Amino acid sequence: MKILVAGGGKVGEVLVDKLGNEGHEITLIDSDPYVLEHIMEQYDVITVHGNAASMDTLEQAGVDESDLLIAATDADEVNMLSCMTAHGLNPEIHTIGRIRDPEYRQQAYRMRDLFGLNLVINPEQEAAIEIGRLLKYPGFLNIETFAKGSAEIVSLRIKKDSQLVNVPLKKLDSIIKCKVLVCAVVRDGVCVIPDGNFVVKENDLIYVTASADQLSTLLKNLGIIAREVKHVLIAGGGKISYYLALELEKIGMHVSIIESDPERCSLLAASLPNATIIEGDASSQNFLDSEGIERFDGMVTLTGLDELNIVISLYANEKNIPQIVTKLSHAENNRMLDSLPIGSVISPKELSCNSIIRYVRAMQNKQGAAITVHRIADGQGEAIEFIIDEKDLHVGEPLKDIRTKKDALIVSITHGNKTEIASGDSSYQVGDNVVVVSNGKATIQNFNDIFVD
Amino acid sequence: MNYRMIMRIIAHILGLEILFMIPALLIAIFNHNNNVVIAFVQTMIITGVAAGCAWLIGRSARKGFYAREGLVTTGIAWIVMSIFGCLPFYFSEAIPHFVDALFEIVSGFTTTGSSILSDVEALPDSLLYWRSFSHWVGGMGVLVFLLAVIPLSGKNEGYTLHILRAESPGPSVGKLVPRMKKTALILYWIYIGLTVLDFLFLLVGGMPPLEAICTAFGTAGTGGFGVKNDSLASYSPYLQNVTTVFMFLFGVNFSIYYILLMRRFKDAFSDEELRLYLGIIFVSILVITLNILPLYDGFLTALRHAAFQVGTVMSTTGFATTDFDLWPSLSKTILFILMFGGACAGSTGGGFKLARYILLFKNLRRNIHESLHPTEIRKVRVNQVAVDEKILRNTNAYLVAYVAIIFATFLIVSLDGFSMETNLSAVVATFNNIGPGFASVGPTCNYSQFSVLSKLVMIGNMLAGRLEIFPILVLFSRGTWVRK
Repeated sequence: MKILVAGGGKVGEVLVDKLGNEGHEITLIDSDPYVLEHIMEQYDVITVHGNAASMDTLEQAGVDESDLLIAATDADEVNMLSCMTAHGLNPEIHTIGRIRDPEYRQQAYRMRDLFGLNLVINPEQEAAIEIGRLLKYPGFLNIETFAKGSAEIVSLRIKKDSQLVNVPLKKLDSIIKCKVLVCAVVRDGVCVIPDGNFVVKENDLIYVTASADQLSTLLKNLGIIAREVKHVLIAGGGKISYYLALELEKIGMHVSIIESDPERCSLLAASLPNATIIEGDASSQNFLDSEGIERFDGMVTLTGLDELNIVISLYANEKNIPQIVTKLSHAENNRMLDSLPIGSVISPKELSCNSIIRYVRAMQNKQGAAITVHRIADGQGEAIEFIIDEKDLHVGEPLKDIRTKKDALIVSITHGNKTEIASGDSSYQVGDNVVVVSNGKATIQNFNDIFVD
Repeated sequence: MNYRMIMRIIAHILGLEILFMIPALLIAIFNHNNNVVIAFVQTMIITGVAAGCAWLIGRSARKGFYAREGLVTTGIAWIVMSIFGCLPFYFSEAIPHFVDALFEIVSGFTTTGSSILSDVEALPDSLLYWRSFSHWVGGMGVLVFLLAVIPLSGKNEGYTLHILRAESPGPSVGKLVPRMKKTALILYWIYIGLTVLDFLFLLVGGMPPLEAICTAFGTAGTGGFGVKNDSLASYSPYLQNVTTVFMFLFGVNFSIYYILLMRRFKDAFSDEELRLYLGIIFVSILVITLNILPLYDGFLTALRHAAFQVGTVMSTTGFATTDFDLWPSLSKTILFILMFGGACAGSTGGGFKLARYILLFKNLRRNIHESLHPTEIRKVRVNQVAVDEKILRNTNAYLVAYVAIIFATFLIVSLDGFSMETNLSAVVATFNNIGPGFASVGPTCNYSQFSVLSKLVMIGNMLAGRLEIFPILVLFSRGTWVRK
């Protein structure tokens, strides 16, 4: 497909990289020639210098023969105007706009047609929804949902006293007494797809596939006591905090937000009547102690500084807060943080990139491409969801008779409403949702790419 | 510096060169020219071994390819390609001296067309073909060809842009479409299309097929190796006129043809460089025709010769239909000045490129304006678009390098003791990839009389001229090789 990407910031660059690798022809628009030069040197794209909302620039970039415009500049207004203009010039074009300001949230949704927006991306809101899910299911570091919520991949860190240490995976079922599949393991920063003889070691990060209704059984049998999160402390009062507070209040949690800027505090207090807004410095240990940090059962660090978020999360870990979520803006492949007990890591930019890539793949779905893609294990691995069609190979054959590449693994099969965790006897039919996990060494765009041919 | 990746690309280049030699080999086999067959087979084996070694070294190349690697790869690739390309001449003893053989093939690849052969017609057909084919490959660039046919690594890596920039002429090289492979393919399809058209027109005019192929290659690459001792002088006026037209066509920026194919006619014809190119051609032909009228019988003959010679110099081809060394001083001076002009950026022609002159003169005009209005901010505009100051700085630097190289090599060549006109025009004609100069290197003469040192210097000149100086210059720069 021909794709226009407006804005060559962090998100723009990741999109150029990922979408380019999937074979799309990309034109990048930015108003800074140095950004364009930098990206053009690294990726096989063409660039257009100018304002992405101006008709001339869009025409120069070839909007009339493009299939998709992704407006990801740092200004909401430019993104909206850009999508509107593109739609005016080419009614056939799909548009994705990044709109971050909460004040525009309502109108961006309700006036989608007017702005010509096919998809609105709000990184902060997506991050808030993601964090909300993590707090809802405490105990897991990460949760990815597939097949409209009926299959999940969760990640767990193996602690020293875990009963899984030194257990080969084929004996796993007898310990946790429910049907799950370990689909990927990150050890010393390297992601591997394990087989039945793989032995779990202390400090491994394991990714487990399970059907949604078995998650709590899994936790219980693993001996992880999941205390329901009731009181959440949020460090930093930015846009994510606002969305998160709304999100958490909906499911009945109580939220306290620490913010150092008094003006921002009063704004939050005005818009979030049920939350406790505390003015103060979240990086001060004294202040956290005086606010009684240990009485909270959830801690989310959302300040603007990655370093600060890490430090606060480390302190929260020391205070034995069971569920910790850390926001990092620069989390791409950050294996340095792997060994730090900072809980779940959330990167808003990565989340929005994933949503956009998912949308692009869905646009292509007619050609059998994946319908959802989740990047796992710091982006080293991918969990990809396909719908099986007539062209796919090995339909109806038991999995034990099929040879797949060693970098890829079929982890779950959803037939109608029933989700089955893949085993040697499972098979898939046309129309089933199948989730495949790969460690990213092979590019998998099509379901048939996973087979050894 | 990513040496392994450079070796990998070199391996590809050498492999490609072997493929390119196959038609010449077939011609030699067809003509039962055993001597040449053996020479080609030997060359192909040696090249194959070298390519294999390079491939082994480059097999496990890591990623990371930047402007520096792009420049160095291009410089090395052209030198390596020339060294292996000259072997058939050397092994078959058609050209007994290695430096002479190297001179001949570098002159071919760089589309210069200067020859050290006094009797071209004595060469076997296969070597004539190889000589002319080197023009065609060198015209658009062998690395660009590589980009079009071989996926060098990951599909989404931008480093290929550095190669395109290093090999393609012009002050600001860019892609036509997002994908490099597609860009390179478009360029080559336009190139192939025009070449075939030229070939057909020549065939219609009654030229024998092999001569037509060689002449079409020489015209397309704006090279200028003829297959006859008198270049194109003995061909019919029709064939000369066809060649004139195609020389002008190949001197035009190829992205203009792409714009025409996209049916954006207005954009194409409002291009400032194209207009300047056509303007200079028109005025030069007119003045020279009037100037040489007394020498020929009739206006049309004078016009034909004037147009051909302007075309050959302007597009830096280097064919000849008449000995323009005998022309009046005014006409010779015009041709000499045109030698510095060169063709359009992004064409197969050599020289300084008209686009650079446009930038330099507009910048000069701005500087004069600024000295009168010191506080005014002005931008240099080409085709209504403001030009980045970095491109202007680069163009200024290019001018300095260009002049300095001409002076330095002029000085070295002077050691041989020929006339100043000979030496200067030889340096200018090789550096701008034109071919023939004046006096002792005029259209009826050749370059064999120079000393080995001068020939080596001119080989360097031709490569530097074709690759626009910097890829060759960085090979001699300490900063390229020293690890900081």
